[in-house]
Amino acid sequence: MKGKAHCYPRDHINTDEIIPARYLNMDQEKELAAHAMEDIDTTFVKKVREGDFIVAGEDFGCGSSREHAVWALRGAGIRAVIAGSFARIFYRNCINNGFLAIECPEAIQKVHTGDRLTIDLKSGKILNETKQESYTFAPVPDFALQILESGGLMKTIVQKVKS
Amino acid sequence: MGSTITEKILAAHCGREIVRPGELINAEIDVIMCHDVTTTPAIDLLKAHGNLHVAYPERVVIMPDHFVPNKDIKSAEMVAKIRRWAKEEKIEKFYEIGRHGVCHALLPEQGHVRPGTTIICADSHTSTHGALGAFATGIGSTDLAAALATGELWFKVPETILFKIQGTLRKGVFAKDVILEIIRRIGVDGALYKAMEFTGNVVDELSVESRMTLCNMAIEAGAKSGIINPDEKTLDYVQVRSNESFDVYTSDPDAEYSDVIDIDVSDLEPLVALPHLPSNGKPVSEIGDIPIDQAWLGSCTNGRIEDLRKAAAEMKGKKVAEGVRMIVVPATSDIWKQANREGLLDIFMEAGATVSTPTCGACLGGHMGILAAGERCISSTNRNFVGRMGSPESEVYLASPATVAASAIAGKIVNSNAYKQD
Repeated sequence: MKGKAHCYPRDHINTDEIIPARYLNMDQEKELAAHAMEDIDTTFVKKVREGDFIVAGEDFGCGSSREHAVWALRGAGIRAVIAGSFARIFYRNCINNGFLAIECPEAIQKVHTGDRLTIDLKSGKILNETKQESYTFAPVPDFALQILESGGLMKTIVQKVKS
Repeated sequence: MGSTITEKILAAHCGREIVRPGELINAEIDVIMCHDVTTTPAIDLLKAHGNLHVAYPERVVIMPDHFVPNKDIKSAEMVAKIRRWAKEEKIEKFYEIGRHGVCHALLPEQGHVRPGTTIICADSHTSTHGALGAFATGIGSTDLAAALATGELWFKVPETILFKIQGTLRKGVFAKDVILEIIRRIGVDGALYKAMEFTGNVVDELSVESRMTLCNMAIEAGAKSGIINPDEKTLDYVQVRSNESFDVYTSDPDAEYSDVIDIDVSDLEPLVALPHLPSNGKPVSEIGDIPIDQAWLGSCTNGRIEDLRKAAAEMKGKKVAEGVRMIVVPATSDIWKQANREGLLDIFMEAGATVSTPTCGACLGGHMGILAAGERCISSTNRNFVGRMGSPESEVYLASPATVAASAIAGKIVNSNAYKQD
């Protein structure tokens, strides 16, 4: 998984900032994506390219349970969020969508916007090609990896209901 | 080693004798609440995955509340879609306009919250229902779809922090001030992934409604849930509202907690959380002159009848300050009617406030009191994030209903008469 970093090193970036409630009368990923991170950075959507990463501080995604936050980021092209830590419901929403949420406090200190990163899930490392560094992240829990590999929670639910 | 109330409820709902923090379980869900904003994606997910149906329609309660009465065509389409789906799936518990209300106020009021049960809703303030000794937690729309299709959901058993709240609350200091103080101390991620269990003589003395205020804002400290062991007040509240049976669980004296935090609230003053985090609590007496443009009274945190009574007591015979807009939003239709019978709505209107139909409304920047750039609002709600009630350049200050009402009269943030007369 390779992409460019977009750094928002602040703690407690909340879901109201990721996708403001004024857009919650919509629920389609493409519509939401147009407004991703709008209340933090109005140029975010223009800057992001498919496959990029967000790098942020502690407690990313706190506040409202709106899964729209994950969909908005994914729709905008973001493939993973790397943060010091994640708020609980946002983290659940990432897992359930098979969207990567990586806990790596070291990356928050060292990565800058524009750095080219590779996330290697097998080795548990983020490689910073721009700075020629690597950072170890907290292992993604096995059950989360299983959901990720099966393509999201709903895929496993379908199997369960059918059996 | 004993178990906490949270561990006991979760064990009982996954067919186990005991569960311990960190374990992954699939728990049976007793009540699945759906509201207007987060349910349509769940419906789409169910339809897109082989047209899955609702496993137990009798466990589902639908309470559109965020953008109702519908504020625009898109939100109207969302509720219309939910109505059609509810009919298809034979879900009977649908709280239509006229019986509607803010879901976390309406669910317990209408008898759907019972001790010992598991409750989920794709809404972060689901923690409110722990006030009645239930395990209640916010989840996302995919979780909602999964629970609708199977009647169960995955959880990691949380560690619990025990908050022993002791002392004597001064007159004019309320549950809202207590929870703002707790969040001030531990921070907005101070209870991340954990259950917050509230105990102590102050909690015992609080009304059931005030206990809901306490548990409601557990999420503002990052918690999975807030919970209070049921007592006689809990049972009295539930038994007049529900005929269904339930099991009462309480924490063992030797239960293990990840932390025990003692808080003596005897010296606590009314607080206001300054922008832009709920943890920015400061005593009202220390903030100096902060003029306001709007005062907003309502929400799942503080829109219940006792909240309206406290606000009305501050406003009776007085006038909202020149240049200030005050918006009162009773949280449910029954609360609206009760406030009307008690003459509270007259007091608000005579004072120059306006009274709205129940809705989440401007609490989350939906409608009914959105802020313009540069405007400042004191609010009885739960979040003061950037842009929460409107423009990203507006400001929200969180406080108790008494402080909100007193501030509307003064035109700036001030302590209530209830407090000053102590």
